[in-house]
Amino acid sequence: MNRDWGALLTRARAGDKRAVARLISGVEEGGGTARTVLDQVWPQTGHARVFGITGPPGAGKSTLTDALTKCWRQAGLRVGILAVDPTSPFTGGAILGDRVRMGDLTLDEGVFIRSMGTRGRLGGLSPASSGAIHILDACGYDLILVETVGVGQSEVAVVETADVVLVLTVPGLGDDVQAIKAGILEIGDLFAVNKADRPGADRTANELRTMLTLGETEKRDLPVLLVSAAQNQGVAELCQAMEQRFSQLEGSGELARRRELRLRSELLTQIRDGMERRLLDPLLEGADFQQAMERFQARQGSPYQWAEEFVRHINMGGSG
Amino acid sequence: MSEKKIRVLIAKPGLDGHDRGAKVVARALRDAGFEVIYTGLRQTPEQIVAAAIAEDVDAVGLSLLSGAHNYLFPRVIELLREQGADDILVFGGGVIPEEDIPGLKKAGVAEIFTPGTPTSETVKFLRERCGDKQ
Ligand code: B12
Ligand SMILES: Nc1nc2c(ncn2[C@@H]2O[C@H](COP(=O)(O)OP(=O)(O)O)[C@@H](O)[C@H]2O)c(=O)[nH]1
Ligand SMILES: [Mg+2]
Repeated sequence: MNRDWGALLTRARAGDKRAVARLISGVEEGGGTARTVLDQVWPQTGHARVFGITGPPGAGKSTLTDALTKCWRQAGLRVGILAVDPTSPFTGGAILGDRVRMGDLTLDEGVFIRSMGTRGRLGGLSPASSGAIHILDACGYDLILVETVGVGQSEVAVVETADVVLVLTVPGLGDDVQAIKAGILEIGDLFAVNKADRPGADRTANELRTMLTLGETEKRDLPVLLVSAAQNQGVAELCQAMEQRFSQLEGSGELARRRELRLRSELLTQIRDGMERRLLDPLLEGADFQQAMERFQARQGSPYQWAEEFVRHINMGGSG
Repeated sequence: MSEKKIRVLIAKPGLDGHDRGAKVVARALRDAGFEVIYTGLRQTPEQIVAAAIAEDVDAVGLSLLSGAHNYLFPRVIELLREQGADDILVFGGGVIPEEDIPGLKKAGVAEIFTPGTPTSETVKFLRERCGDKQ
């Protein structure tokens, strides 16, 4: 879609939500449009703090996002929210329902909520999540909350996107905090047991503390808080704990390290894509490749041998 | 990754608590490959319009079975217009008497789908109206 993205960005930075929304659609569209948008937005980014919230489906991530946001709004911060729900791998469609828990925030001028489908990306986020974060950052949202899809075991992409990751669980999911499997535990910078108004929350918190003690040493003293998002209990404390974790990570240099890694990986992704387009695409279209495929299928030459052959070719032609 | 997805907000304005129809429609649209944003019960027209704008949807589908459609549907359209977002298509469904439909259409509601209409009609309608927006 052809739009004047520069003008949109000016409007978006002046507080026009329609313009913010359009920029995010631009990065969701991908391809050349996403690139144009990011080219514009990039110089204005690098200011926001990004908090990720992850945990099993139904743990109360959306309800808590709503409660935490109200807390930060009281402190005068502008908050951007990205709420990710799964896209059906069969139809490509999605029902994005996180807003159901955030109705009170809809009319708040200082809050921007955007729902995103995973659109085929594994890991619990959407392919456009990082782009959308950059846009919210450039539009002056001080704090960006990213709610991932309900985690199973491999939805850990949030760790590559957020400065601080909150892992949420609830009592009654079965023995031994079964819903927080290895992998999910590792990505937490702090933990909370939601629905503390229900029986068993204490026990779940203790189990979690035990599991942390058994793991890596640096995880041992991570905070595990009890909270009831629906009843707004423990939310202010959790807010504070998240800010504290942020400051700790900042003080120790870990935040800077994470941010550098994140930028590096974003850059590498683009370099890889660019190389693919420039080197691989022409190769796949060429007659050489067709002929090679025929011989390869007839079991002449292993995958390694052919790859070597082609890569050598690329090196010779690709000196420019 | 660069195909344009149709995004639709399904909203329940006012105090009406009947949400089965809205959920049936939301699921049908998802199954047809749309991205459906569902905002839940008891939304004011102001909330619906704010959500539609932030989500940059192509269309807003209003579901109402309580009888308050003659006020709430036109109000949503009015607010969209005020905020310069009247390119967003508004359609609706629920228990809506035949005789109210011409007035709603005059107010700017693109189409009304009443009980018994197969959801495939809605899918077809949205594909026609939002499919080639590129
Ligand atoms: C089930 C039902 C209930 C359930 C609702 C459960 C729920 N969570 O939804 C319960 C028992 C809770 C209930 C309560 C009430 N109900 Co009732 N209820 C019905 C009933 C029998 C069926 C509705 C239904 O679920 N249909 C199935 C769904 C799938 O169909 P649908 O909603 O019509 O949706 C289809 C289309 O309309 C369309 N559609 C709907 N929305 C949208 C949106 C878009 C964008 C599109 C494209 C299409 C679309 O597509 C759908 C699929 O084809 C209807 C009667 C009827 N025949 O409609 C009365 C009815 C809606 N209820 C009615 C009333 C009066 C009430 C109460 C006020 C009763 C009371 N005095 O307490 C309460 C109020 C509840 C509230 N808080 O608002 C009246 C409304 C009268 C009016 N409009 O003037 C009806 C019409 C019964 C009647 N003939 O009097 N009700
Ligand atoms: N009892 C109780 N229920 C809660 C609490 N927080 C959320 N819920 C409920 O848990 C359900 C799932 O919440 P939601 O925020 O949508 O979870 P998500 O899937 O993790 O985003 C909803 O019915 C909420 O009302 C809480 O603190 N206590
Ligand atoms: Mg949620």
